[in-house]
Amino acid sequence: MSKYVIVGASAAGIGAVEAIREVDPKGTITVISDEQCPQYSRPMISDLVSGKADFGKMMCREHEFWTEKSVQALTGRTAVSLNLKDKYVELDKGDRVDFEKLLVATGGKPFVPKIEGSDKDGVFTFTTLSDAESLAAKLESAESAVVIGAGLIGVSCTEALVKRGLKVTMVELQDKILSLILDPTASEMVENVIRKAGVTIATGQTVKRIVGKPENDKVVGGAVLTSGEQVPCDLVIIAIGVIPRTELVAGTDVKTNRGILVDKTMCTNVQGVYASGDVAEAYDFVYGENRLLPLWPLAQLEGKVAGYNMAGKKADYPGGTAMSSLKYFGIPVISIGIANPKDPDQYETIVNHEPERSLYKKIVLKDNKIVGITLVNDIEKAGVLFHLLKNGVNVKKLKQELVADDFCLATLPRSLRRKLYPGEYK
Amino acid sequence: MKKIVVKEEHCIGCGLCEVYCTVQHSKSKDIIKAYNRENPRPTSRVTLEVHKPVSFAIQCRHCEDAPCVTACLSGAMKKDEETGEVTHDPEKCIGCWTCIMVCPYGAIKKDSSGKVVSKCDLCAELEVPACVANCPNGALVYKEVKK
Repeated sequence: MSKYVIVGASAAGIGAVEAIREVDPKGTITVISDEQCPQYSRPMISDLVSGKADFGKMMCREHEFWTEKSVQALTGRTAVSLNLKDKYVELDKGDRVDFEKLLVATGGKPFVPKIEGSDKDGVFTFTTLSDAESLAAKLESAESAVVIGAGLIGVSCTEALVKRGLKVTMVELQDKILSLILDPTASEMVENVIRKAGVTIATGQTVKRIVGKPENDKVVGGAVLTSGEQVPCDLVIIAIGVIPRTELVAGTDVKTNRGILVDKTMCTNVQGVYASGDVAEAYDFVYGENRLLPLWPLAQLEGKVAGYNMAGKKADYPGGTAMSSLKYFGIPVISIGIANPKDPDQYETIVNHEPERSLYKKIVLKDNKIVGITLVNDIEKAGVLFHLLKNGVNVKKLKQELVADDFCLATLPRSLRRKLYPGEYK
Repeated sequence: MKKIVVKEEHCIGCGLCEVYCTVQHSKSKDIIKAYNRENPRPTSRVTLEVHKPVSFAIQCRHCEDAPCVTACLSGAMKKDEETGEVTHDPEKCIGCWTCIMVCPYGAIKKDSSGKVVSKCDLCAELEVPACVANCPNGALVYKEVKK
């Protein structure tokens, strides 16, 4: 019997372990991960491929992390089923791990559409360390690649491949890259930088077929786009997105939508069973509803909240929202909340766009409150704006100042600062 | 823990805090060399913020529940459980700017190399941080602050 069992040992699992140990130094913790060495930073796999980081640098916790936290780490093991009645997780090879409190932090898996030829040698997904290692092992002999999907994963992978000297074509179904997190202006700014780096970008298209090489049909030789154009390549990387890994709770009483449903304590509808990270639908304070937000910082925070509650310390998840910070191709971009309002009449936007300085700042307002932030190049005060967003501050009198060059904490009236940062004015 | 407390009503906006922070975090620790010869010039980890007539210096507040630590993608940003200090390891930092995105004070900045972030380390080698020691009007105070 282990008091706490955590399935998945990436951001959410790590956050949970740290929180549990803050509260309960002794209760037994068992962590199950199908990866051999799970305590690495997933967002850094592109740095591994590009050569910017080695395996050691990728570790977001030390090798001794599990032992230091007195955790029984069952790594390289898969949780195959869950019995809620008798409270145990069944592992591959039939072992059982009993639990009092369970955290499902199984994360997401890459979405792979059916594409003819996707079984050929040279087709990869890009979410885990082993994906990155397999891809990196192929780079010596590869000259070109097609990346399907121009979201965060696709762009990060593209940058890594360019740094390794490959000729890359990025294929995106939408008519703009990064369309989920950027508005058309910001997207175009990033697109220009990526094109300058030698990348071909094909938007409004996808890959309908992967073909082999003339000398060996089993090895990737090209990708046929929906337009009919055939792009010769040695590698194809599928980077369309991730979907929650909910298999473990399938067929149990745990309620799911697209992901596992949780309350503010990260507990599912089943008492003692929690979920966090990419597998869970947690609260988004901009949308005012629970939804999937597969983002590393949120996963870590959700795991932390789950961990506190599992160990008996009451904690509420404050909520999160879409928030992305991009460093790729040397153009810093931050996007928070709503970038593209669906119904523009209901929103107001404040913009400062100076193309000659490659500067773009956009604030989206609803009823004088910030609900969206986009910053390109000048990003350093993003956190202050985010704090205003989180606190639902009425910014009616500050609108133009929010996008000004000199916007900073001092821009806020003293009375507002006192309210938002009470610790500073004791 | 001991923290830097900002007294904005005493700030005269002179910017000496930035100068001494830059020097303290330079290789030479010499004002002339740091400003004229070190390339790139070391980053000041404190920023003098001015919005006339208001001015004050802002540096990492070493938050109790630090959002930058929870958000850090690489494990570079940590909370020292004993001292309470939020520490940043530039060797681990990958310059993803996620900490910048979540710092409610806007107190983290890009290092002058542009590759990693830079923030206040409370001048680990000094008894009193350089910005505090050299503030001519007592606008920065280093003192024990209750949680």
